[in-house]
Amino acid sequence: MSDTLSIVLFSGTEDKLHAAATLAVGAVAMDRPVNILLMYWALDAFRADRITKDHGLAYDAARPRFNEPVERVGEIPWLETFRQAKEIGEVTVLACSGSLEVLGIDVSSLDPLVDSSGGIATFLVAAEGGQILFI
Amino acid sequence: MTATMTELESIVAAKVVDARGAACPGPLLEAKKGMPGVPIGSVIEIWSSDPVTKTDISAWSGKVGHEFLGVLEADGYDRVLVRRAK
Repeated sequence: MSDTLSIVLFSGTEDKLHAAATLAVGAVAMDRPVNILLMYWALDAFRADRITKDHGLAYDAARPRFNEPVERVGEIPWLETFRQAKEIGEVTVLACSGSLEVLGIDVSSLDPLVDSSGGIATFLVAAEGGQILFI
Repeated sequence: MTATMTELESIVAAKVVDARGAACPGPLLEAKKGMPGVPIGSVIEIWSSDPVTKTDISAWSGKVGHEFLGVLEADGYDRVLVRRAK
């Protein structure tokens, strides 16, 4: 079994991007290769002209709950965490070509963190034998 | 084998990483980045104000093959000691 961690990153809100970045950096800290497939709202969040803007919180944050999220959630530097993960380990970021088409996004308009675009088979083959998460 | 408190206190780390004020995964990242600068057999010391860091670094050390030595409590922060094994 491979120790590769593959993340299907579908969500584009600050909190979920932060969760994904934390998992990615935790894995590279243990010398585990990481693959990330960007779909839908994550893809939209990775657009070069949007990546540093506020992406809001998941719907869960609007529901009644016992604790208020700490104000600093918006300040959590998920982007910086992804950059660091890429710097210190093997992180491959693939933009899902299907999502690119559905959202009308050109791969060249995405942040340089994105390595390339590809189809589902490309991602699944890279993920084979390891663990896959959906965020 | 975890060192005794006196043994821990007598250790002089080859490198001290001050990660106080950073929360998970910050200190872990700093430990990972700092390790290549530590000679094999020497000790890296990570300062953290996040109480989770010691258990996190302990788990990480075990997984990547370094020797987790223990924790010394300072004023408002932990001093986490790891010996580079490879």
